[in-house]
Formats: sequence, structure tokens, C-alpha cells
Amino acid sequence: MAKIHGAVTIDIERCKGCNLCVVACPTDCLSLKEKEVNNRGYHFAYMKNPTACIGCSGCATVCPDACIEVYRVVEK
Amino acid sequence: MELDKIIDPANRVYSRPRLLDERTMHYCPGCSHGVVHKIIAEVIDELGLEEQTIGVAPVGCGVFAYNYIDVDWVEAAHGRAPALATAIKRLMPEKAVFTYQGDGDLSAIGTSEAIHAANRGENIAIIFINNAIYGMTGGQMAPTTLEGQKTATTPYGRRVDLNGYPLAISDLFAKLDGTCYVTRQAVHTQASVRKAKAAIKLAFQNSKANKGCSVIEIVGTCSSGWKMTPEKANKWMEENMFVKYPLGDLKKEC
Repeated sequence: MAKIHGAVTIDIERCKGCNLCVVACPTDCLSLKEKEVNNRGYHFAYMKNPTACIGCSGCATVCPDACIEVYRVVEK
Repeated sequence: MELDKIIDPANRVYSRPRLLDERTMHYCPGCSHGVVHKIIAEVIDELGLEEQTIGVAPVGCGVFAYNYIDVDWVEAAHGRAPALATAIKRLMPEKAVFTYQGDGDLSAIGTSEAIHAANRGENIAIIFINNAIYGMTGGQMAPTTLEGQKTATTPYGRRVDLNGYPLAISDLFAKLDGTCYVTRQAVHTQASVRKAKAAIKLAFQNSKANKGCSVIEIVGTCSSGWKMTPEKANKWMEENMFVKYPLGDLKKEC
């Protein structure tokens, strides 16, 4: 069976920590940094569990600040 | 598979739309405006209308829309965007002309302009963001505010005997002969964003093909005005807003 590998990159200075990507993620891959903030003081999103990502683009689609890029590889 | 092998331009499936400017948006965290800006930028790029689109920006939170989407823009006086769009479209019928308006702009001060532009069948697309509150000025009651909803000016909830009923203005648009497409969408989940994008795309095509007036209402959230987290605001919208403002096409004659 083909295995899907996904990954996201997050523009952390653009991220406002709204948490919508974390809620939209079906594989519980994203989270907000609890103790770190970006230059504007927001707890930005990061990949907490990178191996879980399937590259579905759910997070990037609902991101109001368009700060997420999604990559996807299908390994046959 | 290692992350650096996956993160390669050849494997990219979603990136920031090309027509969205580099500036960081001034909107609050979790604001629906950002998503709508993003899908408008994607639609204009996909239709290849970059050089042929003119937007009319409103007054309200969306006032700086011209700073974020890289097409030609005009800034209208409060509520007068459809009137300005009428003039632009009549002078340049080959362009795709759209207005971007909030509920304070379209359903309060600009009701007359919007209704008459739609009734005249002007070939413009009206994108209407309804978040049931005046977001920019600090969360006061709007005509679209729900019954019982607490705002800065209705601290005990909107009372029908005092403030009247919430205005579902898209239902009025659907009754007019000049409109060809009236729909109500949301942008809170991946599926709803895709549907809203398809609706906006059709509206731009209608404007370009001079088929009549298209109205796309996007039911959105205002987490700052509603005093909720963005996540809770989305839930509240699903439970309360969608009852008064049900999603779906209200009219489709195109």
C-alpha cells in the first residue's frame, strides 16, 4: 500500500497563534508553542508530531494569515 | 522519510497565493477576513484575471483590503461600494468588478446602494462578510446581530421589541430580478472554504461574462467582538448563526 508522507512549514513571524490549524488537523500533528513567542508576542504553531502529517492541506486552507505551506510525498 | 526530503518545492501541494501581498494582515487572530482574502486571491489567479479585476474596498475591518490583494482597487465611502462598482463596470464592461463589504457597510449604511445596484442588475460581484457585529468600532450591535446576542451596545442581549429583528439581507437579494446568483457560505472548515471558493469563482465569471449581479454572503466570525477564542467562535457560529443564516444557494440562474 502506498504510504503518504506530509510536512508543513510555518512562517512563524506571520502566525498569530489563533489555533484554527491545530483544530483543523485530522491527525493531531500541530500544536501551539506553550512557552515560546514570535516577535509580535504570539504563541506560534509548530509540528508537534511530524510523522503524523499526511499533507491534507486542512491546516493551510483554514489559516487566516496564509502562513502555512504544505508538502506531500506518496511513496509506492 | 526525513523532513528535509519531504520539504522540497517539487512536493509542494499548498502555498501562499501569489496575489497576496507580503504584508502581515492587521486582522485579529482567527478572523474570517483573512481566509476570504486568501480565496479571492486564489480565484483571481486561477481565472487569470489579475490585470482585468477591479475591487472596491469598504469601510470597516475590510478597509485595508487594497493593501493585501495585488489587483487594482478603489476605496469607497462608507456603504457606497456598489454605487462605485456600478460606475466602474459601466465604463469598463470588459473588467471583472467586485465589492468587498462587511455587514456594517452593506446591510446598515449601504443597504440602499446595495439593493438598488442588485435590482438594476449591475454586472458586479458583491462579496459580503456577515459576522453579526460591528467589528472595527469595538463590537457594537449591527442589523445582522442575532436575537439575544450580547454586544457592547446590547449588554443584556438584543431585544426584538427595542432593536428589531436580525436582517437576513441575502434573502432580499434573492427576491430581486437583477441578481443571477445569491449564495450564503462559510469559511470555518476545509470543506466550507472550498465551497466558498467555488462560489466566489462563479461570481467572478458572472461579472466577467456580464450575466447580472452576484451576491456571495460569507457568514464569518469576529472572535474579538464576540469575546471568544477563534475555536469557540466557530462553534458558536455553527450553533447560532447557521440557524438564522442557513448556508446554501438562495438563487442560481447562471
